[in-house]
Amino acid sequence: MTTETVTEPVPLARKDFVSDQEVRWCPGCGDYSILAQTQKLMPDLGIPREKIVFISGIGCSSRLPYYMNTYGFHSIHGRAPTIATGLKASRPDLQVWVITGDGDGLSIGGNHLLHILRRNVDVVIVLFNNRIYGLTKGQYSPTSEMGKRTKSSPMGTIDHPVNPLSVALGAEATFVARSLDIDVHHLLTTLDRAAHHKGTSFVEVYQNCNVFNDGAFMEFADKDVRPDRTITLEHGKPLVFGKDRNRGVRLNGTTPEVVDLGNDIAEGDLLVHDETREDPAVAYILSRMQYPQYPVPMGVFRAVQRPTYDDLMDQQIQDAISREGEGDLEALLNEGDTWTVE
Amino acid sequence: MTTKDGRIAPPRNGETQELDRVTIRFAGDSGDGSQVAGLQFTNTAALIGNDISTVPDFPAEIRAPAGSLPGVSSFQVSFSSYDIHTPGDAPDVLVAMNPAALKTNLPDLPKGGTVIVNTDEFTDANLRKAAYQANPLEDGTLSGYRVIEVPITSMNARALKDSGLNTKQIDRSKNFFALGLMFWLYERPLEPTLRWIDQKFSKNPAVSKANADTLKAGYHFGETAELFPVHYRVPKADLAPGRYRSITGNEATALGFLAASRLTGRPLFYGSYPITPASDILQELARFKNFGVKTFQAEDEISAIGSAIGAAFGGCLGLTGTSGPGLALKSESLGLAVMVELPIVVAMIQRSGPSTGMPTKTEQADLLQAMFGRNGECPVAIVAPATPAECFDMAIEAFRIALRHMVPTIFLSDGYLGTSSEPWRLPSVADLPTMRVDFATDPKTFHPYSRDPETLARPWAIPGTPGLEHRIGGLEKADITGNVNYDAENHDRMVRFRAEKIARIANDIPDLKVIGEEEGSLLVLGWGSTYGPALSAVQRARTRGLSVSHAHLRYLNPFPANLGEVISRFDRILIPEMNLGQLLMLVRARYLVDAVGLNQVTGRPFKIAQIEQKVNELVRSKVTVG
Repeated sequence: MTTETVTEPVPLARKDFVSDQEVRWCPGCGDYSILAQTQKLMPDLGIPREKIVFISGIGCSSRLPYYMNTYGFHSIHGRAPTIATGLKASRPDLQVWVITGDGDGLSIGGNHLLHILRRNVDVVIVLFNNRIYGLTKGQYSPTSEMGKRTKSSPMGTIDHPVNPLSVALGAEATFVARSLDIDVHHLLTTLDRAAHHKGTSFVEVYQNCNVFNDGAFMEFADKDVRPDRTITLEHGKPLVFGKDRNRGVRLNGTTPEVVDLGNDIAEGDLLVHDETREDPAVAYILSRMQYPQYPVPMGVFRAVQRPTYDDLMDQQIQDAISREGEGDLEALLNEGDTWTVE
Repeated sequence: MTTKDGRIAPPRNGETQELDRVTIRFAGDSGDGSQVAGLQFTNTAALIGNDISTVPDFPAEIRAPAGSLPGVSSFQVSFSSYDIHTPGDAPDVLVAMNPAALKTNLPDLPKGGTVIVNTDEFTDANLRKAAYQANPLEDGTLSGYRVIEVPITSMNARALKDSGLNTKQIDRSKNFFALGLMFWLYERPLEPTLRWIDQKFSKNPAVSKANADTLKAGYHFGETAELFPVHYRVPKADLAPGRYRSITGNEATALGFLAASRLTGRPLFYGSYPITPASDILQELARFKNFGVKTFQAEDEISAIGSAIGAAFGGCLGLTGTSGPGLALKSESLGLAVMVELPIVVAMIQRSGPSTGMPTKTEQADLLQAMFGRNGECPVAIVAPATPAECFDMAIEAFRIALRHMVPTIFLSDGYLGTSSEPWRLPSVADLPTMRVDFATDPKTFHPYSRDPETLARPWAIPGTPGLEHRIGGLEKADITGNVNYDAENHDRMVRFRAEKIARIANDIPDLKVIGEEEGSLLVLGWGSTYGPALSAVQRARTRGLSVSHAHLRYLNPFPANLGEVISRFDRILIPEMNLGQLLMLVRARYLVDAVGLNQVTGRPFKIAQIEQKVNELVRSKVTVG
C-alpha cells in the first residue's frame, strides 16, 4: 500500500461505468435494460466514479453492482438498506444507490425498507419488481398476484400481494416513482430525477422475468397498448391518457374515475397531478390504480423536501461541537468525582 | 426499637470500631431509590480512599407492582482498606426498605449480620404482597441477626413536613434518610452527596432541599439515637498511586471505544438496538457527539450490525453492541463481515439465556455462540475483559486487533461486568497504545484480496479513493482479485486464509500470565467476570499454603500462544464458568487435557467461597491419588 495518489478527470462516457465482469442474467431479462440506463445516466450526474457506491442484497437484481465500475457491495438478503444507512450516515460525501427486488426489499428486507424511507436517508433505491422469485427458480413473491400458480403454489397463492408504492407512501417516503424496463427513455428520466432528489428516492421498476414470469406486465406495458392502459404522471398537468389523448382521470371524492374527454368533460375537470403535495393521500390513491380497472400510473408520484437523516446527524455533531467545543479525551476521562492516591 | 445479639459484640456507646472490609446491601422497591443510595455510598467511600466493588441487582426491566417480590431492586457495595476483587460473597449489613426486600435478600445475609429495617412499611398489606404469613419482625424470622428497627418513612416525612412537597414527593426522598444513617454508621462525609444532590436537582430547588435535609436528618438520627452503640471506620486502602474515579464496565467500554476512535483519528459509528444489559453503551456514546461520534438507534439488531458494516466499508470505526438474543440475530451479518474482511467490533454484553432468559441477570453462556454461531467456517477474533475498569483497555484492544488484522472482533463482556463498578486508575491519553490506520491508495498495486504477508490482512480501500473502485460481497471471493469464484481449490484456500488470519493474531497479543507458581498441582483458569472470585479464592487458598495458581484469559480467539504450554505445567486445571462448561470444552478439545469445570448458571456471579471449596477439593483429591 503506497500513498501515491492518482487523480483522474471525471469520466464522461457510459463505458467508464461498465465493469470488467461478464453480465450473467438470462438472455432477454429486463435487468439488462435497467443496467444499461443506469450506466448511461452516470456520466450525466457529474459525480466522480469513486464517489459512487452501489449496494445490493440478494436476488437477480442484486447482482447489478458487479457490473458497475464504481464501488460496490453485494451484501446479504434484504439488508442492503442497513449497510447503505451506515455508509451514507458516516460518509455523506458519497452517492449511494440501493439495488433491490420485490423479494429482497419487500419480503425479507421489508422492515429495513420501511425505516430507511421514514428516516429519509439520502440514497436512491431502485426496486426491480418482477413479481416472482427468479434466482431460486420460480416461487411466488410478495408482489405476485393473488391466486398465481407457481412452483411453490401449485393451487394458486393465497397471499394478498403488497403494493410497493403504497408501502413507500405509507412510510412517507419523500420521492416515490414507477417506471418500466422496456420504456427506456422514461426509465432514464425517472432514474435521473431520483438521483437528483435530496432524501430517499424510491423507484419501482416493472421488470420482466422472461424465464419464470414472462409477460407479467404485458397486458398494459406492451408498446401497442401502453398509451391506452398506462398514464404518465406529469407535475402540474391534468391526468390525460390514451393514444388519442382523449381520456382522463378525475377524482370523485376519494375514488378515481376514468372519463372520456369531450361533450361536457374538459381537461379542467380532471385531477391535476401535484407531486409536491405534502399530504401523501392523493399519491396513495394513484398508487392503488391498477389495470384493468384503471390505467397504470407511471412516473413521479411524490417529490417533497424534508431534512435528510445524514444531514440531521451531522448537524447534531456540529451543534454539539459549537456548544461544548471539540471533545477532549483527557478531560472526559477525568470527568466527575475523582480522587488521588499519593 | 430492638437490638438483638449479633456477631458484633455491643461495645460502649460512642465508640468507633475499625474494620478492614464492610459489605452493605441496599434493598427496596424499584421505586425506593436503592440504586441511587448505593451509588452515592460507593462514590463517597471511593473518594475517601477505600477500595470499592459494587454490584446492582435489578428486577426485570418493567417496574413490577410496588411492594411485590419481583419489584425488589438492590445494590451491593463492598468497601475496604485493602485491594478487593469482588463486591463480597455476602453482605454484612442489609438495609431493607420493605418486607419484600427483606424476604428476597435475607437468605444472602449470614447469621450474625445486621439488618436495618424500615418498620413503617411492615403493614398488613405489604406483608401480604411479600407473601409473609406473619410479621417477620415478630415471629423469630430474624433471630440470630442484629436487627435495627427504624421507622424510616415516618421520620423522613417528619423531617420534610415543612418542605412544601406533597406526600408522594416526600416519600420519594426516604432513600436519602437511609443513606444519611449509613453515612453516620460508617463515618462517611455528607459533602459529596450534598454536592451531587445540588447538581442533580438544580432545576427543582424544593426537591433538592428536601433530599439534602433528609440526608442530614438521617445522619443526625444516627448520632443522637441510642440504637447504634457504635459506629465503624474502614481505613483507606493501599491502592497504587494515581488519579482514580469509580466506573462501571459499560461506562469504561464506551470510553474505550471512544479512545480507539481518538487514537486512530477515525470517526466512531455505533449502530445498536436497545437491549439489556448493553443499552448503557448506546446511551453513553450518544453523549459524545462533540467527539464526532455517530450513534444510530437501528430498527433491529440486523440493521444495527449492517450499519456498522456500512460504516466500516466507508473507513470509519464500525461498532455494534448487543446481548445474546441480538448476537443470534446478527450472526448472518457477522458472517458477511468475515467474508468481506472488514474490521467491525461487536460489543457483546452477555445475559442469562436461552431465548429471552433473564435479561437483568448475568451469565457466560454465549462463548460458544461467539465462537461458532454462524454458517460456514466463520472465525472471528474474541477478547474478554476481566474487570469493570479493564473494559476500557479491552475495548481499545478489540479495535486494535480488528483494524490491524481486518477481522470482525467480538468484545465479550457480561451483565455483571457491565453494571458493577470499581475504582479506575485513570490513564493518561499519552500512555494509551498507538494505533494507525492505513488505507490503500495506489491503483497500480491494488488488489481487493491481496494480503499482508505478516497478518494476511487484505487492504482497506475506501470509497472516495480514485482508481480503486471494486466490488465486495458475501459470495466466495477469488484469491487476490476478489471476483466471485466457485472454484473448489480457491474456496478451500480462502477458508484456510480466513482461519489463518485469526490464528496469526496470537503473534500479536501478550502471553498468558500466571499468578502464583509457574507450575504446580492446580491451575484455576478463568475468563471474563469470574476474575474477581477466582483470584480471591486462589489468594485465600495460597495463604493457607495450598499449591494453586491462577491465570485469566483476556483473549479467547485465538488463545494466547503459550496457553497449551502453561496448561501442561500443572497437574490439574480447574475452569470456573457461569455456563455448563464452554471454555472447558474448547480447552479440552484444543489441548487434549483433562481439565475440570466448576459451573453455575444461577444468573449470579460466583462467590469466592464456592471456588475456594472446589480448589480445596481438587488439591485434596490430588493428594489422595498421588
